[in-house]
Parts: sequence; C-alpha cells; structure tokens
Amino acid sequence: MNPRLSRRRFIKAVIASGAAAASKAGVAAVAQSRPAGVVERLVSLDVNGRTRRVDVMPQETLAYTLRYKLGLTGTKIGCNRGECGACTVMIDGVTNYSCSTLTHSVGTRAVLTVEGLQRPDGTLHPVQQAFIDELAPQCGFCTPGQVMSAVALLNENPRPSREEARQALSGNLCRCGAYDHYLNGVMRAAESES
Amino acid sequence: MASFDVMPHIELYKPTELADALELADRLGPRGWLLGGGQDTYGWFKDRAKNAEAMIDLNGIEALHGIRETADGIEIGAATTLREIVRDPLLNERFAVLPAAAARVASPQIRNVGTLGGNLVQDTRCWYYRRGLACYRAGGNLCYADSPQGMNREHCVFGASRCVAVSPSDTATAMVALDATMVATSVDGERLIPAGRFFALPETHITRMTTLEPGEILTAVRLPARWAGKRFYFEKVADRDVWDFALVSIAAAFDLDGGNIGDARVVCGGVAAVPWRLREVERALRGRAPGADTGEAVAALATRGARPLNYNHFKLPLMENLVRRALREPA
Ligand SMILES: Cc1cc2nc3c(=O)[nH]c(=O)nc-3n(C[C@H](O)[C@H](O)[C@H](O)COP(=O)(O)OP(=O)(O)OC[C@H]3O[C@@H](n4cnc5c(N)ncnc54)[C@H](O)[C@@H]3O)c2cc1C
Ligand code: FES
Ligand code: FES
Repeated sequence: MNPRLSRRRFIKAVIASGAAAASKAGVAAVAQSRPAGVVERLVSLDVNGRTRRVDVMPQETLAYTLRYKLGLTGTKIGCNRGECGACTVMIDGVTNYSCSTLTHSVGTRAVLTVEGLQRPDGTLHPVQQAFIDELAPQCGFCTPGQVMSAVALLNENPRPSREEARQALSGNLCRCGAYDHYLNGVMRAAESES
Repeated sequence: MASFDVMPHIELYKPTELADALELADRLGPRGWLLGGGQDTYGWFKDRAKNAEAMIDLNGIEALHGIRETADGIEIGAATTLREIVRDPLLNERFAVLPAAAARVASPQIRNVGTLGGNLVQDTRCWYYRRGLACYRAGGNLCYADSPQGMNREHCVFGASRCVAVSPSDTATAMVALDATMVATSVDGERLIPAGRFFALPETHITRMTTLEPGEILTAVRLPARWAGKRFYFEKVADRDVWDFALVSIAAAFDLDGGNIGDARVVCGGVAAVPWRLREVERALRGRAPGADTGEAVAALATRGARPLNYNHFKLPLMENLVRRALREPA
C-alpha cells in the first residue's frame, strides 16, 4: 500500500463499506471484495431542521432516502434523471434535484423539503398560500418542486421580475402546462411578503 | 429506456486531499469513476449502461474549488460549480464568454451542482451509445447513428471517423475560444494540455471524449490574460431553452486592433466530437471590421468541408447564421 495514503486518511475517505473496515490491505483489497457484505451505513442528516439518523447505501439518492426511508413523500420522483424537477429540494438554500444527488454527499448541510416549509402552527409558507390562491397546480405532481424553486428564488430575490421568476422556475417541468399560473403565484407571494 | 429507481451497488470514496484522490484514481484506473456534480454520471448507472466499482467524489477537496487570479490570467478549480462561474464578477468582467456559455447549460438545478470539470469531461449524448448499444464508441464495430435508418439529427457534420457523435459540453467551446490550458494531474505529476488538444476526435480516441488518461484528474483550467476583456459572443441553439443540448452553438472571441479584427477564435459546439474551430473564418476575419457585411462575407466559410448526415443538413445554415450573428452583435 502506498505510504502516501495513510491508514487513517484512507479510512476517512471510505464511505459505507463493511469491506473497508474488515480489510487490512487498503484500496486494492476493498475494490476486490466489493460485492461481499455491503453494509449500509448510519449517517445523520439535517432534514427540515431535525436530525435524522438513517442507513444509507453508498449509491443511494437523496430522493430515495427522503421518500422511502424518512417517509417524506412530498418530494416527488418524476423522471429520476434530472429532466423534470419534481424532486427539487433545497440543500443549504440552493435547489438540487434530489433524484440526482447522493445522500452521502449531503454531509452536514441542511436539507429542506416541501414538508419543512409550513410554520409549526400550520400556517403555510407564503409561496404555498399564493399557489393555492392563484390555483397554480393542476394535477399537482410538479407542485412541490415548483414551490421549492420559488421559495429559493424569493429568499435570494424577494422582488423578482416575472422574467427572473421564469428563469428561476425553468428547471421545473409542468406536464399540465400550468406555468403561467405558477408565475402568477410567485408574483403574488413576492407582493404578500413585502 | 427504463430508468431503475436505484443504482447498483457502487463504492463511494470521499477524499478530502487531492493526493488521496489521485492515489485512488491511480489504483482503480478504469474501474474507478470520478464524481463532480454527478449530473452526467447517475443516468449511466441507473440505466446499467455503464458501471464502475467505485466513485471518487471530488467535491470535498478544497484545492479543486474556486476562481483565482494568477500572474497570467484566471485559474478555475475543476470542482467549481457552473452556478459559481455564472455569478463570478471577475469572469463576467474579463472572460464573459465562459459565464455566458455556463448559463446555458441544462437547468438551474443542474448548474447549481454541476462542476466545470464534469461539464468538460462529460460523455457524448448519442442516444444509441447512451442506451448501452455496442457501437464503436462502446468498443463495438458499428455505428447505429450513421446507418441508413439511423436517427442522426443531432449528430456531427465534421470530424466523423466511424463514430458520428458530437461534443455535448457548452463550456468546452468557450475553453477553446479562450485558448485555455487544462491542468491534468496524476500520481506522476502535472500535465498541461491546451484546450484545443484536450478534446478528442474519434480518429484518435474513439472510446473517450478527451485525452485524459485513466488515473488523471482534471484539476483546473487556466484562462490566459491574453484574451481578457476582448469582444465575445456566445449563442446556443437548442430545441428548448432549458435542458436541451446544443444543436449548434457558437463561442467567439475577437481581438480588435484599431476597429479591425486581429486575432479571432470562432468555435462551434454540436457539430463535431470536439469544439470545432472555424479556422477559415478566423483567417478571413483578420483585418476586417466586425459588422453585418463582414459576417455576410465570411459566413459561407463556416461550413466548408462539412459532411452532413441524413437528418442534420439544417446544421449548415445554422452554423453560417450563427457566424453572421456573432459578427453583427458581439457582446
Ligand atoms: C437533463 C440534462 C440536461 C443537460 N443539459 C446539458 C446542456 O445543455 N449542456 C451541457 O453542457 N451539459 C448538459 N448536461 C450534462 C451535464 O450533466 C452537466 O453539464 C454537468 O455540468 C456535468 O457536470 P457534473 O460535475 O455534474 O458531472 P459528473 O457527472 O460528475 O462528471 C461527468 C464526467 O466527467 C468526469 N469528471 C468529473 N470531474 C472530473 C475531473 N475533475 N477530472 C476528470 N474527470 C472528471 C466524470 O468521471 C464523468 O465521467 C445535461 C445533463 C442532464 C442530466
Ligand atoms: S425526478 Fe428528479 S428531476 Fe425528475
Ligand atoms: S400541475 Fe400537473 S404537472 Fe404541473
């Protein structure tokens, strides 16, 4: 084993592998023993302000963890390949496609999903309320993603132009074509908040 | 094709030191997979069209992040996100063609996590290849796109050699237009590659898009001061303004000398497996003033030698028109 890769640094660099801990021979051995004994690894995730302990496979996506392990099914999986935006969540305030994010890459950053927007007393986020008031959703499948993109925009730019809102929501496909209604909602939320 | 809910088991390494990542890349060779934002990666794995034993996540390596001024221009770490590039004041002031190109990549969410390194090294989007068919690029002995029934509207008009796939990267054109230097690092040290030789045509490397060797990591790109603050133009034509790859794009840099063009770089994306320099156009521009007349005079040179396929003849007038527009309204 190359001395440059000390054992401590090496262990730090390996995620989610029972094989890694069991092997004494380093990287090459890990690669060889790959299929055997894959151990899920417990991590702590900051989701909607709560610390959640969860077992995560090395190749697991955040959408999968949220929906199937944490029960947060507000985040939708539409295409599962970065082409629709239904799975949009915020990580440290920045929108991500959770279907195309490894849960292990989240680390200590804060994940915010559509479930985390309402206040403790149940009051909806101004964007959620404005979307209702503007009858923005049709089928509603894309709505959680649209909400997250709109909230991220307004956090950064509380008074966007309609064009800026259009850009900010451009990574969220709406199969029902309710785009203008969503934009109306964003503009209404921007007004109500200011 | 079917996209499975989860990827098959793949090991994940999250090194925090470049030395560790290089070591892992060296040990794993072609069995390892470097990970930037993963936006070009997960589809391969979900579709089972490509696989790897382990992913080496580069995002935790501080040295690969950031946009810094150097003695001769600007250096950008390979793990810098497209979002950061689009928003960077220094780049917008000096090398505006790069943020303009980065701003047209995919969608906001993909730009938020997609890295410059991943965007430059990403694989081609030929759907036959993407689907996992055993074409030339996948090591086979057939091109499905260049067959009588092949659907090749998006494929190349220049530089075909058995394979007719095109370079999908929007930022790659800007790299070539700016004479960027790519810094490739391995356990053996650093290799500096001019952008023009970084991207690979199928005649030299039919199974990969760049001249990076297994075990090498693109650690940074350097933009030379020589092109800072020149006149630039970028435009991308795609079916939709979001998500879609360029049918044809153009990145141009004009060094004006007393109102006339001196040195010029005019580069098209979406027409070859590499960003395609329009050298005849560049030569013809020398000594002319930018403007509609000049555009008219040189446009036809853009497509000289082009060899369109069954369904992509439309790319030729598109290229010529983009050259006209680059000269009519350089930003
Ligand atoms: C729906 C969709 C639409 C898209 N549209 C566009 C578009 O319009 N224009 C465009 O240009 N791209 C587009 N892309 C492609 C691509 O996902 C993004 O451009 C993104 O920038 C890729 O960066 P990444 O860091 O996520 O790549 P990754 O997936 O992390 O990496 C891509 C490849 O580069 C390799 N790699 C990554 N970093 C390095 C490095 N430092 N050194 C060596 N190799 C490295 C990886 O091993 C992998 O093979 C699109 C992707 C999707 C899913
Ligand atoms: S499910 Fe993630 S972008 Fe479609
Ligand atoms: S409301 Fe149906 S997909 Fe958008």
